[in-house]
Amino acid sequence: MVGQELQSPATEAMVEVRDLTIRYGTEAVLRNVSLEVREHEIFGIIGPAGSGKTSFLRVLNRMDQMTTGMSWDGDVTFAGRDIRKVRNLYGLRSRVGVVFPLPVGLPLTVYNNVALSPRLRGIRNRQQLDEIVERCLRRAALWDEVKDRLDSLGSLLSGGQQQRLTIARALSQEPDLLLLDEFSIAVDPVTTMRIEDVLKELKKEITIVLVTNLVQQARRLADRTAFFLTGDCIEVRPTEEMFEAPDRDQRTREYVEGRFG
Amino acid sequence: MFESTSLNERNRKKQSLVKIFFLMMTVLLILPVMIILGVLIYKGGPVLSFEFLFEMPTKNGAAGGILPALVGTVWLVTVALIASVPLGVAAALYLSEYAPDNWFTRAINLAIINLAGVPSIVHALFGVGAFVLFFEFGTSILAASLTLAVMTLPVVIVATRESLQAVPQSFREACWNMGATRWQTIRRVVLPNSVSGILTGVILEVSRTAGETAPIMFTGAAAILPFLPESVYDQTMAMSLHLFVVSTQVPNMPEGIPYGVALVLIGMVLTMNAVSIGFRTWLRGRKKW
Repeated sequence: MVGQELQSPATEAMVEVRDLTIRYGTEAVLRNVSLEVREHEIFGIIGPAGSGKTSFLRVLNRMDQMTTGMSWDGDVTFAGRDIRKVRNLYGLRSRVGVVFPLPVGLPLTVYNNVALSPRLRGIRNRQQLDEIVERCLRRAALWDEVKDRLDSLGSLLSGGQQQRLTIARALSQEPDLLLLDEFSIAVDPVTTMRIEDVLKELKKEITIVLVTNLVQQARRLADRTAFFLTGDCIEVRPTEEMFEAPDRDQRTREYVEGRFG
Repeated sequence: MFESTSLNERNRKKQSLVKIFFLMMTVLLILPVMIILGVLIYKGGPVLSFEFLFEMPTKNGAAGGILPALVGTVWLVTVALIASVPLGVAAALYLSEYAPDNWFTRAINLAIINLAGVPSIVHALFGVGAFVLFFEFGTSILAASLTLAVMTLPVVIVATRESLQAVPQSFREACWNMGATRWQTIRRVVLPNSVSGILTGVILEVSRTAGETAPIMFTGAAAILPFLPESVYDQTMAMSLHLFVVSTQVPNMPEGIPYGVALVLIGMVLTMNAVSIGFRTWLRGRKKW
């Protein structure tokens, strides 16, 4: 795999994946993927629908546990620990924030949506909660729109607002790793840009895995990018190379240039 | 381009015929209800009075009031609810939120369905054997209520499970992904959004409990007992059994009295339902995704 020689020793691996194969029943949706996600980077994953991108994310926070029929082989470490051996999955998941393509506004108030995770961690102090809620909503570019109706239901917000609420909720976990699965599908372009700016800021603190259908979004945001195609990881390399390098895979070039997919 | 073709015409005609058919079926459905209520009010209405509701029966129910039966039914329903709602909701929570899909769970589900199909007279005999004799509660409110509770348990479990499963799975996953435990997810997201459905189950249970006669006949209800029960270990009169007694067991019964008893029984059930429905509507107004 091309990306591996470029690994700089200065940055540590946040997530290390070796020979990951994911199956639903007996059908493999991802085969023998090895890659690493480094601390404080935005790691992009691009590829057409059905290439195993979302399944990959599901393994990272052990969502396979909630998915009937899903199983995986290989080694995955998160912050140096084998995630298959982690017994406190609640602890693991609370350090990994997830945003799905379709927004899930929990049927709680806007405030409680964002305060839920801090409360699960045991934070009761109202002032502390207020601060967290405001900070996370600001980062998700939602604060100005909802600051006067924090007590209305999160599930009544518009689709795009709910998606940003979901992002705010993921941030309220204060995660070390943020998994974004096509987060901008329900968000308008202007707001998408604002969130993208926030993500660039955030990577100083956390590590982000960004699955996206928008090749240009990966180009704008990702430090390194992986290209998945029908269950195979074709290549992993610094994002610019994905779009420029002459030695890239034929299939990668055709995909990023929009010739199939 | 918008001229209607003969195919359009035919479809439209078919559509209005179907609609009329469905409407007629609906009307047919509410007709018996209207007739029952009408007859009861017409024949039983004149019997109703303050004395009828709040006095002891005399002459085996042919005169006086129905107070002990009224109070008895409230006792029976309340104690049955106290026994079956926590049990039923807990069982439904297990089945819906925790149980893995294996033979054990399927066996439990099958048992619940079967329990729902057991005739009430069989429940009555079970109640006699288990609660009256084995646990030595004697013929008492406790024994009768527990029998009713066992009988209505499937209703509570099924209604609760359905309403739990109506909460979208994505809500649970979103919670789990934040590191919430199953219980935290249930308490903060699942339960608050299924309360109204659970209440529906309880409403159904109340109506059924108040109206059942067979399960209480041998376990705790007495035909004529002109005293108010003082504890769950007392026997009691009940509206449903009283209706049976005054309609079939007592000679020279004034014609209006059975209708009056039936009217009060239906009124009781409808009132309890109305209160629960009101509560449910209020709960629903406060949420929704």
